[in-house]
Amino acid sequence: MEISLTVNGAQHRLRLDDPRVTLLDALRQHLGLTGTKKGCDHGQCGACTVMLDGRRMNACLSLAVMHDGDAITTIEGIGTAEALAPMQAAFIRHDGFQCGYCTPGQIVSATAMLDELRQGWPSQMSADLTAPQFTDDEIRERMSGNLCRCSCYPNIVDAIRDAAEAPA
Amino acid sequence: MRPFTYTRAATPAEAIGSAARIIAGGTNLLDLMKHQVETPDRLCDVNHVGLDRVERDGDGLRIGALVRNSDLAADDAVRTDWPLLSRAILAGASGQIRNRATTGGNLMQRTRCYYFYDIDAPCNKREPGSGCAAIGGRTRLHAILGASDQCIATYPGDMAVALSALDATVEVEGPEGRREIAATAFHRLPGTTPERDTELRPGEMILSVRLPAPLGGRQIYRKVRDRRSYAFALVSVAAAVGMKDGRMETVRLAFGSVAAKPWRAIEAEAMLAGQAPSADLFDRAADVVLAGAQGYGDNDFKIPLLRRTMRAVLAEATQETM
Amino acid sequence: MPDPIELTLRHQMNSRDERNLLDHTVQGIVGSPLDRPEGPLKVRGTATYADEDHPPGTVYGWLVRSTVGKGWVVGLNTSELRAMPGVLAVIRDDRLIRNPAQGQAGKAPYQGPAEVFYKGQPIAVVVAETMEQARDAALAARAQYDDRTDKGVFTPERASYETPPKKQATQGDLDKEMDAAAFRVDLEYTTPTMSHSAMEPHAAVAWWEDGQLKVRGSYQMLKHNVEELADALGISPKKVRILSPYVGGGFGSKLGISHEAVGAAIAAQKVGRPVAIALHRRQVYETTMRRSESRQRVRLACDRDGQLTAVGHEAWVSNLPGERFSEPVTQATPFTYRGENRLIGHHVGRLNITAAGSMRAPGEAIGVPVTEAALDELAEAAGLCPVELRLRNIPDKDPTTGKPYSGNRLADCLRRGAESFGWADRPQPGTRRDGEWLIGMGMTSAIRVNMLENSAARVTLAADGTALVETDMTDIGTGSYAILTQIAAEVLGLPMDRVTTMLGDSDLPASSGSGGSFGAASAGSSVMLAAQAVRDRLAERMGCDPGELTLKDGTAIAGNRQRQIVDLLAGDSLQGTGEIEPGTTSQDHRQACWGAQFAEVAVSSVTGEVQVRRLSAVFATGRILNPKTARSQCIGGMIFGIGQALHEEVMTDPRDGGFVNRDLAEYHIPANLDVPHIDVEFLDDRDPYANPMQAKGIGELACCGTAGAIVNAIANATGKRFHHFPVTLDKVLAKLD
Ligand SMILES: Cc1cc2nc3c(=O)[nH]c(=O)nc-3n(C[C@H](O)[C@H](O)[C@H](O)COP(=O)(O)OP(=O)(O)OC[C@H]3O[C@@H](n4cnc5c(N)ncnc54)[C@H](O)[C@@H]3O)c2cc1C
Ligand code: SF4
Ligand code: FES
Ligand code: FES
Repeated sequence: MEISLTVNGAQHRLRLDDPRVTLLDALRQHLGLTGTKKGCDHGQCGACTVMLDGRRMNACLSLAVMHDGDAITTIEGIGTAEALAPMQAAFIRHDGFQCGYCTPGQIVSATAMLDELRQGWPSQMSADLTAPQFTDDEIRERMSGNLCRCSCYPNIVDAIRDAAEAPA
Repeated sequence: MRPFTYTRAATPAEAIGSAARIIAGGTNLLDLMKHQVETPDRLCDVNHVGLDRVERDGDGLRIGALVRNSDLAADDAVRTDWPLLSRAILAGASGQIRNRATTGGNLMQRTRCYYFYDIDAPCNKREPGSGCAAIGGRTRLHAILGASDQCIATYPGDMAVALSALDATVEVEGPEGRREIAATAFHRLPGTTPERDTELRPGEMILSVRLPAPLGGRQIYRKVRDRRSYAFALVSVAAAVGMKDGRMETVRLAFGSVAAKPWRAIEAEAMLAGQAPSADLFDRAADVVLAGAQGYGDNDFKIPLLRRTMRAVLAEATQETM
Repeated sequence: MPDPIELTLRHQMNSRDERNLLDHTVQGIVGSPLDRPEGPLKVRGTATYADEDHPPGTVYGWLVRSTVGKGWVVGLNTSELRAMPGVLAVIRDDRLIRNPAQGQAGKAPYQGPAEVFYKGQPIAVVVAETMEQARDAALAARAQYDDRTDKGVFTPERASYETPPKKQATQGDLDKEMDAAAFRVDLEYTTPTMSHSAMEPHAAVAWWEDGQLKVRGSYQMLKHNVEELADALGISPKKVRILSPYVGGGFGSKLGISHEAVGAAIAAQKVGRPVAIALHRRQVYETTMRRSESRQRVRLACDRDGQLTAVGHEAWVSNLPGERFSEPVTQATPFTYRGENRLIGHHVGRLNITAAGSMRAPGEAIGVPVTEAALDELAEAAGLCPVELRLRNIPDKDPTTGKPYSGNRLADCLRRGAESFGWADRPQPGTRRDGEWLIGMGMTSAIRVNMLENSAARVTLAADGTALVETDMTDIGTGSYAILTQIAAEVLGLPMDRVTTMLGDSDLPASSGSGGSFGAASAGSSVMLAAQAVRDRLAERMGCDPGELTLKDGTAIAGNRQRQIVDLLAGDSLQGTGEIEPGTTSQDHRQACWGAQFAEVAVSSVTGEVQVRRLSAVFATGRILNPKTARSQCIGGMIFGIGQALHEEVMTDPRDGGFVNRDLAEYHIPANLDVPHIDVEFLDDRDPYANPMQAKGIGELACCGTAGAIVNAIANATGKRFHHFPVTLDKVLAKLD
């Protein structure tokens, strides 16, 4: 079986002899894109967060074959070595990581999350479902799908706020 | 994961009546397949069949089975007219999961019972007749209402609790045609057949969920859990209360994570309707809900927790705004 | 390129450091809140962890678990598994380990997986072409057992406890004083089994090249890990090389080698290809280390002035039969507070539950919150402010041994912390409300022993004026890359970007490794010494005393002379090796790290849910090498404390000892929303007895106490006491009206 997968703008034709391969393992093992991490393989940590058409999702709970024809963005598609994305630079500045293992997932998630917020999506912390505010609690709630055992949460919140408020 | 064959359906018709297992968001099915709790040999991917819109349906709303949880919670009509549904969805899982999770898949999600998830443990739901490891084991997540000596698992989801309170119906289609099932009757109590979570028959597919006209009133979804986010409910309460002249006119009340189905409290609703709110009344209504409640050790606390949360939610819902 | 000129500087801490080199260098790099140099790699996903960068041809292994809690494996459906698609080998080998190695073991842990000591114990390895095939086959494994689960001991209540004589201590007469004292408390607490839950699951990729074994793995202490692995395989340590350039969190769970390393090495030998074994999250829970549960009895008494006269702390912990580690719960109790009458008790029960080992601050992490909670009750009994009670009981020397402290800043931390937190505003118990939420404040002292370990590093100053730091030290998130680079840059007078640090390769000079919060102090000192050796040679070339030399931004200055370092090198490269060794200052002084923590919580009077609203801490823990990474370590530790206070508990099944909630969905570590803003302040501090940098441990100190501050705050909010961690809502509910 062969699927076509656009990853970070580059089109890949991927031979899959086994439909059991998850999107996460396809990225890590078949395409060598190991920036997307595996912390639990069951949707419980967020380390594998990627974007599908700009929306964040856990790559571990999706099959690669389900994404034939899809466009995926991974951490490798955010910023470059020469020019880090503002979110990446903010994570460094605010020390939003320690071991770094949850970090790619945090950054992809945060990037997509800001977009959700811009579109006015509500969260459980929104007092008014129709007009969510950009509070720290909103950031915290929306980032709660990304666990960090080094527990850099306060720095992550600072980094996201900083990146969001930075002039584009 | 056991090997399987994969096909992608282009229309609902290709999935209906097929012996293949439907996969939508995959966030529950793949989780279980990796543990070999689920071992389908054929998967049918329904992500490209359409059914992904929220549409007006008279005074109500028709929600396609493939509408993602995030989209549903952020839908303008839902946010304004059925806020209980938005709130319940937003209390569940994480942003990432809600972006994939579908309306149909969410309804069909299976229990989080630890032993159901462990293929080395006996479990009547997973393997009928093998026994129930939860009874006599760890039961923090388990049922206090409607359980049987075969199974004490809960339905763990949030969205369906709101759907139950809102009197939604689930539209399904199988080889024998279409039918509608009330959300309140969609999930089953275990009885002697705990392996059957829902009334969905083999070959049937969920097409949509229909919401009747907005209820108005105060709508509250309160989810109590072990951490503030990204955790399943220990107890959740969905309430919608409309007040008139200081009395409760309409009352809808449903509970999550206390039974194998969202626990709609019809009797308590009837008892409350038409009455002026009072702590004593709420307490008596809780007595009605909890008649027959039983704990299994670890989860005994759910009984007082349900009572207290219910009282507080009703008090909040009936409070006169200044 | 000519060979470098080799220089060596060894130092044993046998006396107080007088030189204080880092206060005499002028660059201001050490002590600055600099970004981590490896940050760009981590934020781009290009830092490579264990299960990455596989050599070509890598195949996959998966561990098979025991489904019984005790017994013997007497058979396995090997031929059936062997026939499954892609399966290359099904390995049952006596060299496979039963338990992971304890920290600093340096030899193989218990081997021979045929005898089952706990449910989930790995009993075999399946190797297949793909990960999917290996996992499938491992789940299809059916072992036959001589099942002795009925003989297993799975709950502390049923365990028999040993009382190792060396771990008991008495001073004075505790019982008598407890009867006589003006105020007393006699309390029993429990803490549950906990799990490190590092975000990177343990993983190893092993391959053999010309009889040499190479392993990419996720480990904290490579010099010991090499020995453990070699011993398990029965080969010379010289034949083993371990690479751990990035470690996705450890917290003690990766101190010793674990099943994946030995399994992958044996499998790679057997199939003649590189083998990768990444533990499934469930396996991380049930086969790597746990923190032991504990039962603790605390007896405290004080006189009318609030002077402690009796301190009793006894702990009952557990481990598997034969394991020598036991959580040193009472570690800080002998030296923290006054009290002439003292009793320390330590009891170890044998349970058929996953091995217990070190987890972030073994001992103090669960001992300090408990004694600090008991002190809070004593303060209430005596009618004293909890901060005041502590201030009245800070001894001027170690009250057990009579040795002087290397430094004791506890009082400073308490005073400063109380002031900046606004402690004076603490309500009377059970009186402050915010809607349905009961609000309370609590505090704790933070105490953790300080340690130094043997450590070596190499610093090469190349002819072009760039430097390379090399040591087998690991960076598990603690900031090793940052601080080691900073130290070398500071001492050599180079800008940060001219220094590169290579870590996590067992072929490099042997360091302490990461553990016990001694990593920064030990590895850092060795780097400082190595750089100092180079610096001394530069002084010689300048024709001045090392003390007269100033190195700054690539320039050497002595008196009114100034030369570029590159010119001084004149085409040579200087290679310094630094070695630090602990010495008598560890024996003749009581060395500890100090702090005070304050918490404000809100407790729902409806549901019993607890939210931490504010958390702040002041620490005095020697020189702070990098305030940014140090702060991160501290907030991380404090959040560990939130988990410990409110969420974390491994639930075991009383029937077979199995871990029931063995995943990240049901073992609840704090999520982002559980964590408020956290304030951390460091007092300017130096400890000349600790090491030549005068720095001390940080990462563990921060979690020694937090949970105590939180339960004390819960008590203040509710007017009720809770003695069983974690304080989940069901426990609160049971005491609410
Ligand atoms: C870590 C974690 C935390 C979570 N927390 C919560 C929580 O707090 N609250 C909560 O409510 N949920 C929670 N969930 C569950 C999540 O909401 C469900 O996994 C999700 O809603 C399932 O939807 P899906 O589309 O991904 O279903 P799938 O996984 O694709 O399918 C699930 C089941 O539904 C069937 N199915 C799917 N669509 C149809 C259809 N149209 N007709 C018939 N059958 C169908 C499938 O055959 C399958 O049996 C959590 C999940 C995870 C992994
Ligand atoms: S409670 Fe139900 S799901 Fe859980 S083990 Fe028993 S039968 Fe299985
Ligand atoms: S690896 Fe996908 S959520 Fe943890
Ligand atoms: S940085 Fe280590 S888990 Fe988040």
